[in-house]
Amino acid sequence: MSDPIIKIQNMNKWFGDFQVLKNINLEVEANKKIVVCGPSGSGKSTLIRCINRLEEHQEGDIIVDGNELSEKTKDIEKIRAEVGMVFQQFNLFPHLSILDNCTLAPIWVKKMPKKEAQELALDQLKKVQIDDQANKFPGQLSGGQQQRCAIARALCMQPKIMLFDEPTSALDPEMIKEVLDAMVSLAKGGMTMIVVTHEMGFAKEVADEVIFMDEGMIIEKAETKEFFANPKSDRTKLFLSQIL
Amino acid sequence: MQTINFLKPNRDNIKNYSIIGSILILISLIDVISNAFLKTNLTSFLPGSLTTLFPLIIGLIGLNMMRIDYSGNKTLDLLNKNINTNNFNALLTLLILFSIIKALPPSLSWMIFDANISGDSKDACTGTGACWTYIKVWFRRFMYGMYPNEFHWRINTAFILVIALGFVGYFMKENLKKYLALYYVIIYPIIAYLVIYYLISGGSFGLQWVETGAWGGLSLTFIVSFFCLIFCFPLGMIFALGRRSNLPVIKYISICYIEFWRGVPLITVLFMSSVMFPMFLPEDFFMDKLVRVIIAITLFEAAYCAEVIRGGLQSLPRGQYDAAKSLGMGYWKMHIFVILPQALKLVIPGIANTFLALVKDTPLIFVVGLAELAGMLALAKTNPKWLGFAMEGYIFASIIFWIICYAMSKYSYNLEAKYKTER
Repeated sequence: MSDPIIKIQNMNKWFGDFQVLKNINLEVEANKKIVVCGPSGSGKSTLIRCINRLEEHQEGDIIVDGNELSEKTKDIEKIRAEVGMVFQQFNLFPHLSILDNCTLAPIWVKKMPKKEAQELALDQLKKVQIDDQANKFPGQLSGGQQQRCAIARALCMQPKIMLFDEPTSALDPEMIKEVLDAMVSLAKGGMTMIVVTHEMGFAKEVADEVIFMDEGMIIEKAETKEFFANPKSDRTKLFLSQIL
Repeated sequence: MQTINFLKPNRDNIKNYSIIGSILILISLIDVISNAFLKTNLTSFLPGSLTTLFPLIIGLIGLNMMRIDYSGNKTLDLLNKNINTNNFNALLTLLILFSIIKALPPSLSWMIFDANISGDSKDACTGTGACWTYIKVWFRRFMYGMYPNEFHWRINTAFILVIALGFVGYFMKENLKKYLALYYVIIYPIIAYLVIYYLISGGSFGLQWVETGAWGGLSLTFIVSFFCLIFCFPLGMIFALGRRSNLPVIKYISICYIEFWRGVPLITVLFMSSVMFPMFLPEDFFMDKLVRVIIAITLFEAAYCAEVIRGGLQSLPRGQYDAAKSLGMGYWKMHIFVILPQALKLVIPGIANTFLALVKDTPLIFVVGLAELAGMLALAKTNPKWLGFAMEGYIFASIIFWIICYAMSKYSYNLEAKYKTER
């Protein structure tokens, strides 16, 4: 077994007096795909936002690719550059074209020459099949196209890990498929992925492990087949019976 | 024969009603116009108070008869929807219309028909109307203040140079475009300062030194507004970001700064800058009054700019910050490439507002003895040879200020349209 690329130990997090995450322990090895599911308010999004420190945790350790995340971490930008993230609301930059959305960070953060960045961006856009929209602005695209662009934008930084925060929750059913297809092909390419989603079909297809969370705790963590076939805790069974 | 239902006009009798209605309105208009322009009273056969009310009553009945919903006639519908929705609006419409008509002849005759513009002394103004001769004779003073006449070309040249330099950004090569902000925020103000210093102040290159006390008129308005505008915007941006900073020291310094400058009246700030401030300086240190005033106004307006910009920063969704951070951008990159371009676009109307207020605040520098356009007017109207022409002067100044401000607001609309992208 190789060293885990993400290691979370005894992590606790509060929003004011409210404890959102309770004693989280999690190890993710490189190239594994993890699906995190659970009811809303269970802390799934907060958990993955802690992994690139968009949220700060108060107790415990988070180690990403050998770097510990804490208040002392100086080059948090360097770690974030290696961890791509896709958001529920896409969060494309509306004042930039699709191509510029994708090249902005590589040019200014990774200091990539402009031409090279554009080639890379077009390549990534092609993989999610919206290279023909490169010169449009986000406002002119459909939700599904915007989300695929957001995936391409994150991939342009050539990250080691990709985090997905409910990427399909703001989309209508027809567009969900095109986004999931893009994610499936990314998974088959061997990317390390942590995906918060309610799409159980996607979980069954690509996930190595599924994590079930409720009330800020990891209730169950099992291999995908095992998780769906023999859920151990009653809470998981209840959840699965409602969602499937 | 079609019965005319006086109370309820409808689609069936639209023809009769609209024709009768228009005739009635026409009569009322003719009455008012003849009264205003020809000074004849067509309805003198009516008893006193009724004569005055006659056009109003007739017009109201006329409008009432024309008020037909969905008449099918486009002009009529437009009229009814906008100025004739009910009796009260019809009354207001008529009152406004009549007031304009009534006010037109006296103002026209004062401004144009009975006005004088010939000659070059007060004696030329013999008519009952405005004396534009006054403006004509004082025109150079209003434009250039007490600046010596033979050197006015220096001011003109300096302004043309500064404006030309301002357009450099449009013609910059593509690969230099990234230095655009640097150019406008730092290099351009310095060049403009040097141009104005060496050309207008003079003192070197064989140009005679002209004190800033002699500067004045519209050119001084421009100089003060120009420097205040280009300095207060970046400064405001810094304080807006500072107020949202996570570092307590920076945050509280920014809050103190903004609240201090927003809390004091501009006129006290100007007094302080010109009277109190020099007392705190070492004796051999000299700073020109004009420079002090420009600094004072800049600091003052920067606080307003800061709050406007902060409003724009706050209206951006948190997701934009998250997305920028998740791509590995640090604070400055995030703000320069993602946050500020969007926030500044949102605050164009607010910034235009602040800038217009700034330009219109410049006359206040009169209190420290600098006479820009409005200040020159105040000087001119107390000149013994030209007493009694304050009205002409203020109308002239209003028109000039209005043109400047209208141009600025038009420009801000253009910017808004140019940078509009769908969200």
